[in-house]
Amino acid sequence: MAKYLMSVWGPDSDYELENYGYSSPEEMMSSFEATGKFNDKLQAEGYFVFADGLDAAKTATVVDGQGEKPIITDGPYAEAKEHMAGFWIIDVPDLDVALKLAAEASAACLGKVEVRPMQTGPEA
Amino acid sequence: MTDVTEAITRVHHEEWARVVASLTKRFGDLGVAEDAAAEAFMVAVERWPLDGVPPNPGAWLTTTANRRAIDRIRRESKRDDKQKEAVALAEIQGPDEPSPDRHSAIEDDRLRLLFTCCHPALAPEARIALTLRMVGGLTVPEIANAFLVQETTMGQRITRAKNKIKAAHIPYRVPEAADLPERVSGVLAVLFLVFNEGYLSSGDHESSVRGDLTLEAIRLTRLVRALLPDDGEVAGLLALMLLIEARRTARVSATGELVRLDEQDRGSWDLDLIAEGHRLVRERLAVVADGGARPGRYQILAAINAVHTSVRDARDTDWSQIVALYDQMIRVDGSPIVRLNRAIAVAEMDGPEVALAEIDRHLGPSLDDYHAFHATRADLLRRLGRSGESRAAYDRAIELAENAAEVALLTRRRDQLGPS
Repeated sequence: MAKYLMSVWGPDSDYELENYGYSSPEEMMSSFEATGKFNDKLQAEGYFVFADGLDAAKTATVVDGQGEKPIITDGPYAEAKEHMAGFWIIDVPDLDVALKLAAEASAACLGKVEVRPMQTGPEA
Repeated sequence: MTDVTEAITRVHHEEWARVVASLTKRFGDLGVAEDAAAEAFMVAVERWPLDGVPPNPGAWLTTTANRRAIDRIRRESKRDDKQKEAVALAEIQGPDEPSPDRHSAIEDDRLRLLFTCCHPALAPEARIALTLRMVGGLTVPEIANAFLVQETTMGQRITRAKNKIKAAHIPYRVPEAADLPERVSGVLAVLFLVFNEGYLSSGDHESSVRGDLTLEAIRLTRLVRALLPDDGEVAGLLALMLLIEARRTARVSATGELVRLDEQDRGSWDLDLIAEGHRLVRERLAVVADGGARPGRYQILAAINAVHTSVRDARDTDWSQIVALYDQMIRVDGSPIVRLNRAIAVAEMDGPEVALAEIDRHLGPSLDDYHAFHATRADLLRRLGRSGESRAAYDRAIELAENAAEVALLTRRRDQLGPS
């Protein structure tokens, strides 16, 4: 089995919009429902490790503790047009399974999903 | 070439992918497999001239490569458990001895290797490079030379792809039946890109390796066909490549100018390749007539090429059949480029005016940056006697064309135009 981070990306400005970037309240509710169903499926198939949504990137704080005193900076580490908006951690047999799940995840949450392997090697 | 050198070249062609595939399966690592296979062939180059070619060269190479891989992994302590386990297993079982009943398992290994190299999670140019290296056995300098990039760049591209396969756990297996058609079409796309790079190369590079790319693509497509004999699109792509390759020598003049299909010396076409291509097309037509799956892109393109190559005189070409095949093609792929090709056939059937009206009305905006669009317009305008407009279209086509032989043809055509 191999673990992957599936992250959803979108513009930070979505958080300021009335429906968080969805085109209508109905679309938002149906996406939430689809995402919930997808999570249930992940659980049932034994692939689910953890999942959550993230608040806006501008609510982030960066801490650099490498010097004598920690330096605290307001905002995300990288200025980017798009930021991570949520993520899953899954544990699956291989990339093909992860890619299939990512396609379902993307359709459910209405966003693009990046699939990235975790460095911990396959468990025996 | 001595007999032994010749034998080594032939065995390299035939056995490289088998050796790499069987080692990848055993050690779970493309890098280990590639290095060990390369070392085994180096040993063969040293030893076979002295000891003679062994009776079963494939088994000899696999055994030698296995030993080399085991030695190497022993020397490097940081290998993961899976590989140590593979070493242990390899020592207990001994190397693969190809025997009749092992045949299909080994063929499966090669197919696995091909699907891994053409995995959609790899960048398209990485898929091409990796396929030529791991399945085709071309060296990194050969591949770099063929695609006009620095050797170090090509080496890094292949290394990155191998690392991604490992880190992202791209599976080493033949895809499940449900995913197979889509994944096969990805493999075929890679092979067709290799073929086209050899056939219609950009730039004026004239390297023998680049010419060899068409033959390599055909060889690999034959391999896929041997592994997946019932796939219509595999047969279609092979037929298409054979029918295009058959015309290779007639296609460029002694002065390096592209020769259009209707002006080619048909006597210099390769009749064996044409016969084989036609046989494949007929085979597919029979399957479709029997209610088999509808033909896809490659089968239709092969059928179009079969129509072109079935007459001895270009004037006898059955254009209505070609237009009908393009109509079928548009249902599979309605892209502007397919529509442009259909319009070229329409010009032969209904005259240049009808074709020109069609492409000007429907294709202008989407194909404005495509040289063949302007070359086609230039030709139609020339045939209609509209020299001034034709000249302007040739100028634009020459500006956009990348292939030197094509630029030469377009320039001569433009310079032959009468006063407007």
